[in-house]
Amino acid sequence: MLTAPKLDYALLAPILIILGTALLGVIVEAFVKQALRARLQLVIALAGISIALGQLYLVRNQGSSIAAVTSVSIDGSGIFIQGAILIFAFLGILIIADQDHFAPQASTLPGSIEEASALESGKQQTEVFPLTLFAVSGAMLFPIATDFITLFVALEVLSLPLYLMVGLSRRRRLLSQEAALKYFLLGAYSSAFFLFGAALLYGYSGSLSLNGLTDAIRGSGGNDVFLLLGAAFLSVGLLFKIGAVPFHSWTPDVYQGAPTPITGFMAAATKAAAFGATLRIFYIGLDAAQVSWKPAIAGIAVITMIFGSIAAISQRDIKRMLALSSIAHTGFVLIAVVSLNKSALSATLFYLVAYGLATIGAFGIVTLVRDSAGEVTDINRWVGLGKKSPLVAAVFSLFLLSFAGIPLTSGFVGKFAIFSAAYESGNIYLVVAGVLSSAIAVFFYLRLILMLFFAGETNGSVSVVIPSVLTRIAISISAIATVVLGLAPSLLLDVAQNFAYFLR
Amino acid sequence: MDIANYIYLSVLLFTIGAIGVVIRRNAIVVFMCIELMLNAANLAFVTFSRVHGNLSGQVASFFTMVVAACEVVVGLAIIVTIYRSRRSASVDDASLLKR
Repeated sequence: MLTAPKLDYALLAPILIILGTALLGVIVEAFVKQALRARLQLVIALAGISIALGQLYLVRNQGSSIAAVTSVSIDGSGIFIQGAILIFAFLGILIIADQDHFAPQASTLPGSIEEASALESGKQQTEVFPLTLFAVSGAMLFPIATDFITLFVALEVLSLPLYLMVGLSRRRRLLSQEAALKYFLLGAYSSAFFLFGAALLYGYSGSLSLNGLTDAIRGSGGNDVFLLLGAAFLSVGLLFKIGAVPFHSWTPDVYQGAPTPITGFMAAATKAAAFGATLRIFYIGLDAAQVSWKPAIAGIAVITMIFGSIAAISQRDIKRMLALSSIAHTGFVLIAVVSLNKSALSATLFYLVAYGLATIGAFGIVTLVRDSAGEVTDINRWVGLGKKSPLVAAVFSLFLLSFAGIPLTSGFVGKFAIFSAAYESGNIYLVVAGVLSSAIAVFFYLRLILMLFFAGETNGSVSVVIPSVLTRIAISISAIATVVLGLAPSLLLDVAQNFAYFLR
Repeated sequence: MDIANYIYLSVLLFTIGAIGVVIRRNAIVVFMCIELMLNAANLAFVTFSRVHGNLSGQVASFFTMVVAACEVVVGLAIIVTIYRSRRSASVDDASLLKR
């Protein structure tokens, strides 16, 4: 006899609200008049995200591991990461609202008459708003999912809209479509590995849930080959999503090809979601088998940090450089995954917020630097920007300083928290590797800042456009948060410490 | 028949798919190889379901089929757009992003 599953709607509401808002966005796209559509979509998306944030705030202290039978576990870390993703989505939408970055009709051929006439008539499709919200709903489900079916579905709900959004750029469309193809093929490849890993782990434990997996490992019942292979394949899927070496090759291409507002949003939100899931899988599901995976992940963390920092030095494109710096940051957060203690968990939560806000801000600034053909991403043409528009260059430098981990910025606090957690857990060599690669990274961040302010004359054709009010709000919030979290880190660090727990 | 044979078959299919993705050049064929990998996972799920005597694995395989269908929709949309822009679905031709 089957009994109907009992769902705790109050706890699931934030995700359901976002999904409902996304569906509403699809209906608006189909039925509302062209002139009203963009504004309405923006209002609906922002309202949905705000309501979801409000609901999340109301339920913040009610943890439950049986909110949807045993498929999700709503606990401190889950709620914290969901909140972070919603904030990233809010800021991301503010920048995405500048529709100038998106193809008026993504289905038209690049360079065709249809494209030109769509551009001329100002008929702009706004499907990017519902797509963003669908991705957000997947991103919110991924870090709280506790069985392999839910994890896989959430991973795909997060990824599929992103594949499409990457291909929507208005300018350099061939590049953008190519990035979408690469992201899609590699993403689908890695999620196939994830799924096969899940199948093998199911074969090992006979249960799809992470708790069942832990019990099986503790009881050492199954065939260890399945456990090891399954954990390895599962990790491939996760490491791809967070962009760790050797599964990073998509990152620079996709970050470069995607419309810049999308790059900022996905860099922040995907990373938070994927790290949330990674932490849960390693802390809960595979915790009992840590001797098997810890050395491998620690090795990947070291390679990722060092590779990201060194490869970023030689980049001539600002978006590629930020992409490689994001790879280096992935390495830093992986240190916390290996450390496996409470302070590492709270450090990760803090780091993801600090990094995400600075990333959205930094890519927001990249959208502003343009010439007649669109955004200028060649670093050499950014030379002397500090003289032309000191404010924009100063704010960009602030984000770079935060990425570099210079004191008085949020990035410093995040790195410090992660390194001290790793030290506490006895992984001294990881701390050494982390500090060394930070030192390498400081070099190219500072070089870029020097180029902005002190090197030569401005390239005449490059200009900084006056940002729209919404973009200005998004960048200001990111910049203020970066400074405030650097000056008074306890504001967020205390919250992160309170929320740094997993329910089994 | 020994039930382990189904696992061998599933691993074999998965390997064929994984190698195919790396060596084939046409985006559609690459995509078919990925689908083969998903189906290999499904076979593994169903076989393990039989081994353990519970239904979770079979349920998982249904979810995989639905997700794979969604993936086809998005994937073909992207591949067709690329094909229309370039008159080619080869993943080697798509190399603008290589500096």
